Amino acid sequence: MTQTTPPSLYAAQEPVFPRKVSGKFRRLKWWIMLVTLGIYYLLPWIRWDRGPNLPDQAVLLDMAGRRFYFFWIEIWPHEFYFVAGLLVMAGLGLFLFTSALGRVWCGYTCPQTVWTDLFILVERWVEGDRNARVRLWKAKWDFHKWRLRLTKWAIWLAIAMATGGAWVFYFTDAPTLARDLLRFDAHPIAYGTIAVLTATTFVFGGFLREQVCIYMCPWPRIQAAMMDPDTITVAYRDWRGEPRGKHRKAIQPAETAPRGDCIDCMACVNVCPMGIDIRDGQQMECITCALCIDACDDVMDRIGKPRGLIDYLALSDEPAERAGAAPKPLWRHVLRPRTLFYTALWSLVGVGLIYALFMRSDMELAVSPLRNPTYVTLSDGSIRNIYDVRMRNKHSEARVFQLSVTGDTGVQLQLEGQAEGRSILVPADRTYLQRVYVTAPRRDPAATQARSEIRIWVEDTATGTRASQETTFNGKAE
Amino acid sequence: MSDHTEKNVDEVTGVETTGHSWDGIEELNNPMPRWWLWSLYATIVWGIAYTIAYPAWPLISGATTGVLGWSTRADVARDIETHNAKNGPLVEQLLATEMNRLPENPDLLRYAVARGGAVFKAQCSQCHGSGAAGFKGYPNLLDDDWLWGGSLDDITYSVRHGIRNDTDDDARFSQMPAFGEFMEKEQIRGVAEYVYSLSNSDADAVLAASGQPLFAEQCAACHGETGLGDREQGAPNLADAIWLYGGDRESLIHTITYSRFGIMPAWGQRLIEADVRAVSAYVHGLGGGE
Repeated sequence: MTQTTPPSLYAAQEPVFPRKVSGKFRRLKWWIMLVTLGIYYLLPWIRWDRGPNLPDQAVLLDMAGRRFYFFWIEIWPHEFYFVAGLLVMAGLGLFLFTSALGRVWCGYTCPQTVWTDLFILVERWVEGDRNARVRLWKAKWDFHKWRLRLTKWAIWLAIAMATGGAWVFYFTDAPTLARDLLRFDAHPIAYGTIAVLTATTFVFGGFLREQVCIYMCPWPRIQAAMMDPDTITVAYRDWRGEPRGKHRKAIQPAETAPRGDCIDCMACVNVCPMGIDIRDGQQMECITCALCIDACDDVMDRIGKPRGLIDYLALSDEPAERAGAAPKPLWRHVLRPRTLFYTALWSLVGVGLIYALFMRSDMELAVSPLRNPTYVTLSDGSIRNIYDVRMRNKHSEARVFQLSVTGDTGVQLQLEGQAEGRSILVPADRTYLQRVYVTAPRRDPAATQARSEIRIWVEDTATGTRASQETTFNGKAE
Repeated sequence: MSDHTEKNVDEVTGVETTGHSWDGIEELNNPMPRWWLWSLYATIVWGIAYTIAYPAWPLISGATTGVLGWSTRADVARDIETHNAKNGPLVEQLLATEMNRLPENPDLLRYAVARGGAVFKAQCSQCHGSGAAGFKGYPNLLDDDWLWGGSLDDITYSVRHGIRNDTDDDARFSQMPAFGEFMEKEQIRGVAEYVYSLSNSDADAVLAASGQPLFAEQCAACHGETGLGDREQGAPNLADAIWLYGGDRESLIHTITYSRFGIMPAWGQRLIEADVRAVSAYVHGLGGGE
């Protein structure tokens, strides 16, 4: 073994200067950027009338009031399973899309991709396209370079602040908070959140970019498990492109061995925001943004070769294509047991959530028996059980709820703090805790059995809506 | 990359190796980005700064306090102060209100009950149980049977002065004689059977009848002709379904023979006035308050 200096275990970040590209995928990405950023920045400003006592912001995560509002849907803390269900659907959706279409999430809609795209747009606008940026990068730090750099950073910072600023509007009334923020009168947490998100947006979108995808994000490492040879992904048809070589207008047949279609123009490499060469095959770094397809198609058009040297394709088609046969149609790649299974699971959760959403009532109750002690003997020998009844009034006005109990036996219900009445005024949009006593007379079956089933009812006296919950009555077993 | 030296390159992957080799297995070198290394150093610097700013390094007694002077204890003290300040007006109101009139002010009552619940858990649950259901000899506070009265005023008096203690001259006091000292066992069995018959239908009628005259003679002064008890003397109702020391024949004979003498401390001597009132309101609200 020859003596060598030990190699460095750390590498400097290789700068990437993506060149401008146009084509159908670039256009698609602009539209997706417009829609996703539009939703993100504008959603908190949409108003939605819910009545007098409720906020009128269409999308509001009211942490302090413990309510999530999404247009006509209001989620209470005990309904958090809706959020969990949506997260499960998001996860399954990601599995589905990755197994069918590869890393489309990474390439088109991931916030890291969208904001980096926006930052590169600013960069190109201020500093010029790839060649100008490479020159500027190598140039000395003179006035010209400082001016361009500071301009770029200032615009980035403005975007980053808007990003962090928009985030906090989801958590409280947006117009009020905007006014407070400008008066330097808002809660420190709002400023802190904006500061942190401004910093992360600025650093991740401006400087770390592909490093986030390669070194920070777990998804590139997991996605391999979701993909198989039938997954549609961005790939290079090396059977068509190789052997690559510089383009010549007129090829003398005798001069050289047959050439592939790739003219080694590096267009695919130069436009790549990840700084990789798609011709090296599938790579963890590839976010399948498809910009290399646009770049290559453009070159193929110009040299008069068919498009699709770099293309969305399924790797399982390679043998057929090598043999000159046509690839399988797209739908036969996408529709396969795996994707159908993910779709079925995703739909199952979705249908369950929609069902649960429509089964919800504007009035609910939860009965929790107090079991310390399990029962109380009263002086006349009757047996009392105590229950905490939580009544939820989801209306925007106060309602009078009437409580009652049913069972096979002669149990009686009494409200704590009231000798006779069974009615409670529950304020708007609130949960009201009422302790109730259920009493069985001395020789009643419920008083002498260890357990009997009873049902506690709540009736909204304004609408006649009823809700109930079954619970257990503990007797003094003899 | 510059080719300044010869590199060890793995033939299969084409990746440079570190030059380390174990039994012929060579370690590939896929270098980490350098900013990653810098972020590691940054966390180390942060960690050191943190241990300077906040309590961290253990010493022989105690630990460094940190230059920011932060402590959880001070946080708690501040929290308590904040809450006391916030509740100040309610406490004043509680002290100024007659106990029997407390229910007229629902907000104040809610505060008193909440505060009293905390006092109860800390001070009363050892004898009366955390659910206030009591134990043998320690009354159940959830039921509607009261030895010394179940109104807010009665309960507050019992809490403040206690029962049969020798520290408070105003403590509620009464004493049942140990009848074993001057009654025959047979007589006690008769009295016990009579008491048993007051609330049970399966009593021995002959035996109970033999105890009745003795009951009228010895017991009725406190427990009443019909055994309904007397709250003035803390004499229990013997005709109801609730028994502090057990209502079976054996327990009754034991009680009559040896007597009972339940004691409760005078909480007015141990708690501040607001807590005495609060815990009384809590006990009153447990379900049996009158």
